[in-house]
Amino acid sequence: MAKVTMTVNGKPVAAEAEGRTLLSQYLREGLGLTGTHIGCDTSQCGACVVLVDGKAVKSCSALAMDLEGAEVRTVEGMANPDGSLGTIQQAFQDHHGLQCGFCTPGMVMSAAALLAENPKPSEAEIRHYLEGNLCRCTGYHNIVKAVLSASGQDVSQLGTVAAE
Amino acid sequence: MPKDGIGASSKRREDLRFLTGSGRYTDDMNLRGQAHVHFLRSEVAHGRIKAIDTTAAAAMPGVVRIFTAADFESVGGLPCGWQVTDRHGQPMQEPKHPVLADGKVRHVGDPIAAVVAETPEQARDAAEAIGVDIDELPAVIDMKAALKDGAPKVHDDLASNLCYDWGFVEENREAVNEAFDKAAHVVSLELVNNRLVANPMEPRVAVGDYDPWGDMHTLYTTSQNPHVIRLLMGAFVLGIPEHKLRVVAPDVGGGFGSKIFHYAEEAFCTFAAKALKRPVKWTASRSEAFISDAQGRDHVTKMELALDADHHFTAIRTETYANMGAYLSTFAPSVPTWLHGTLMAGNYRTPLIYVNVKAVFTNTVPVDAYRGAGRPEATFQLERAIDKAARELGVDPIELRRKNFIQPDQFPYQTPVAVVYDTGNYQATMDKMLQVADHAGFEARAAQSKARGKLRGFGIAHYIEACGIAPSNLVGQLGARAGLYESATVRVNATGSLTVMTGSHSHGQGHETTFAQVVAEMIGIDAGQVEIVHGDTANSPMGMGTYGSRSLAVGGSAIVRATNKIIDKAKKIAAHLLECAPEDIELKDGKFSVAGTDKSVEWAGVTLAAYVPHNYPLEELEPGLEETAFYDPSNFTYPAGAYGCEVEIDPETGKVAIVGFSAADDFGNIVNPMIVDGQVHGGLAQGIGQALMENCVYDKNGQLLSGSFMDYTMPRADDLPSYRVDHSCITPCTHNPLGVKGCGEAGAIGSPPAVVNAVIDALHRGGHTHVSHIDMPLTPARVWAAMQK
Repeated sequence: MAKVTMTVNGKPVAAEAEGRTLLSQYLREGLGLTGTHIGCDTSQCGACVVLVDGKAVKSCSALAMDLEGAEVRTVEGMANPDGSLGTIQQAFQDHHGLQCGFCTPGMVMSAAALLAENPKPSEAEIRHYLEGNLCRCTGYHNIVKAVLSASGQDVSQLGTVAAE
Repeated sequence: MPKDGIGASSKRREDLRFLTGSGRYTDDMNLRGQAHVHFLRSEVAHGRIKAIDTTAAAAMPGVVRIFTAADFESVGGLPCGWQVTDRHGQPMQEPKHPVLADGKVRHVGDPIAAVVAETPEQARDAAEAIGVDIDELPAVIDMKAALKDGAPKVHDDLASNLCYDWGFVEENREAVNEAFDKAAHVVSLELVNNRLVANPMEPRVAVGDYDPWGDMHTLYTTSQNPHVIRLLMGAFVLGIPEHKLRVVAPDVGGGFGSKIFHYAEEAFCTFAAKALKRPVKWTASRSEAFISDAQGRDHVTKMELALDADHHFTAIRTETYANMGAYLSTFAPSVPTWLHGTLMAGNYRTPLIYVNVKAVFTNTVPVDAYRGAGRPEATFQLERAIDKAARELGVDPIELRRKNFIQPDQFPYQTPVAVVYDTGNYQATMDKMLQVADHAGFEARAAQSKARGKLRGFGIAHYIEACGIAPSNLVGQLGARAGLYESATVRVNATGSLTVMTGSHSHGQGHETTFAQVVAEMIGIDAGQVEIVHGDTANSPMGMGTYGSRSLAVGGSAIVRATNKIIDKAKKIAAHLLECAPEDIELKDGKFSVAGTDKSVEWAGVTLAAYVPHNYPLEELEPGLEETAFYDPSNFTYPAGAYGCEVEIDPETGKVAIVGFSAADDFGNIVNPMIVDGQVHGGLAQGIGQALMENCVYDKNGQLLSGSFMDYTMPRADDLPSYRVDHSCITPCTHNPLGVKGCGEAGAIGSPPAVVNAVIDALHRGGHTHVSHIDMPLTPARVWAAMQK
């Protein structure tokens, strides 16, 4: 066991970790940030996606000890300073982009990473980017709609039968 | 009229916590002094346990105690909640289902021992040090092989691997055979309804706690129905009376049926917490979920449809083998029987139906209800057979359906398979779907696809489901060992806000929002004044939980009843305050007025009077304003709809792309259209997943080959289309107060045949006329292989 320090959601934090402690465990068990969820054990589902130094990372596939000094952002750090929902969070609520809420933290963080890279993604680009995040409730339609809307684009044509 | 009343697409209040990481799922809970359990599970599908050596493991760091079957001699096994009676009037064969494997292991994942340690890692490390000596036995995996004479028996004390041989309607068997003998056309199909894994994104979790001060047991668990778990586990497994057992299901991350059932891990954690006098927590890994959550579907069917010379359906005959897995999960026997056979009439006037189902034990994970449960299997058979009939007869599949639809003026409609449909208009949903799908423009789109070297096809399916489960007296006759009512307590607080306790459970459905809309509408107040409480046996009346698209139709009806009782009493209080007769009181927009006068009192004035009864008719009315109601439905509800799927196939690879999916559902009245859309989207994704991708596969030795998300293909965002969903066709349910039918399972029921029909249509249009069927999932390999003659 050793103490690992990071900056999480803008605050300096420290917690004990074993060599095998995953970032997801460090956040959940070490820091009590249970917004980051664990939905699988093969790095497939993306419920645990957080931003590490601005990049989307599946926190179940990173070791806490490797991230000494890293800057981490989790879903707990996505609201506006006054506590109201941030733009992406608000779009998810407005467009019913979540049902059970379990995949949602990972979806929100992946969406944040996408929009940072590509501020006006197409429907196809959103679907491709979110391929690493599984959702079993929404059928993705409203998640795609929420991300399109968060990027300031028109969502009214979603679902139109495509000619190609 | 409240702005968040019935019919409003109110945003969900629960989203605020889910979007900020403040949800409280079971794994987020950690109790003081808690220990962790890891289950050592069987690596073989079938074997006799000769010895378990825990000596080395017990000495490992952090180990608190290791449990085996010997520790559970004094407790019962996991009960089955439904007894099916076979064709000959005999009860089904019902095996024992111990909490930990006793003498034999019967599937990969069967728990053999449980290690409780200070940390999850220590428990897992120690489990690896347990020595288990197992004599591996031949496994039975294939259902038909399992029924052969001399096949290895999953349960030594049962006569065979046949759970039951069920016939429905048994009295019609000969008449159906005669109808087939006389038929002008007979269509026959061999169909596999592929085994699926529910895979809610939250794996199962259980935390047991015990308070010796009051001899009180508490179980926190990922359940769709905490009261059912309390009853089953308390009464049948651990012998704990209800007043000493509290079951809490906090935020639950999806269920789709798999979290209805009572599982061994729940009983274990509750039992161990008392034995160890400290909380015991179990969190499933996804790999563990694949070998311990009840799985779905897995039917093999021969379906036959008889038609007369005018193409009217005259009879249906089916023979289905239904996999039960190694044990009977809680409601497993009901799925291929009463949730399947009763739906074989579909939307059609077929006078004679005979359904035969053989339920079979195999050395696989138990199978139970998964979104739709029996109804997708029925719909798939029927809608595939009708499409095949249309093709063989050279008629339009839409017109063949229309010709045989139960017509709008024929409701209520008694089917030959026991149920009575109250309302519906199938021509209307078919029309609407064709419009939403721009069916008229299909040929032009197909020509464009052809120009690009792709094969385009359009497939339709029309489904019906029986939801709102269920009339208790009816299901009791059919073998259910539970009632299926729902409950609600409406507690009006002194200053006018309301706390509503419901026996329904939300694990993604948004009840906290929609149920509040219903109450707000009835009283005429803002929905923000209404709090919905669920998921804790300590604060809600006995209720049966959420599955079978029942929450609004049954749970919502209980809330309506309780709220009506509140309104009745509040009117009496208002009449006293306004010095008039209760019959003269009107409630509108949160205000009680005397009809025809300007005298009125606000809602909050009445509620305050109820709790501060200074000016109050105490001789006639008790103070307070709190009512409980139980609602037991008089019939199922019958949502129905038409689905249209448009696919494009790459003939080089066989890859199917869904380029359009349109749904026109009749769910009766709608409380929150936004949430209903979302329910349909999710169901469609699961149905399309079944049709194109998902498959739970065992090898011949019973090893699960699709045991992780790397092997079991879950639909991802780029596998699925955006959907066109319409629910403007409304024939309200006639027998519940809201006129609602339920929408949770429709998508998963109607979409698989629409997808397969579309693929077959595309192949035929592309000249591959020899392909009459491809078994799901329609992977590129299967489609490509089918295309080759």
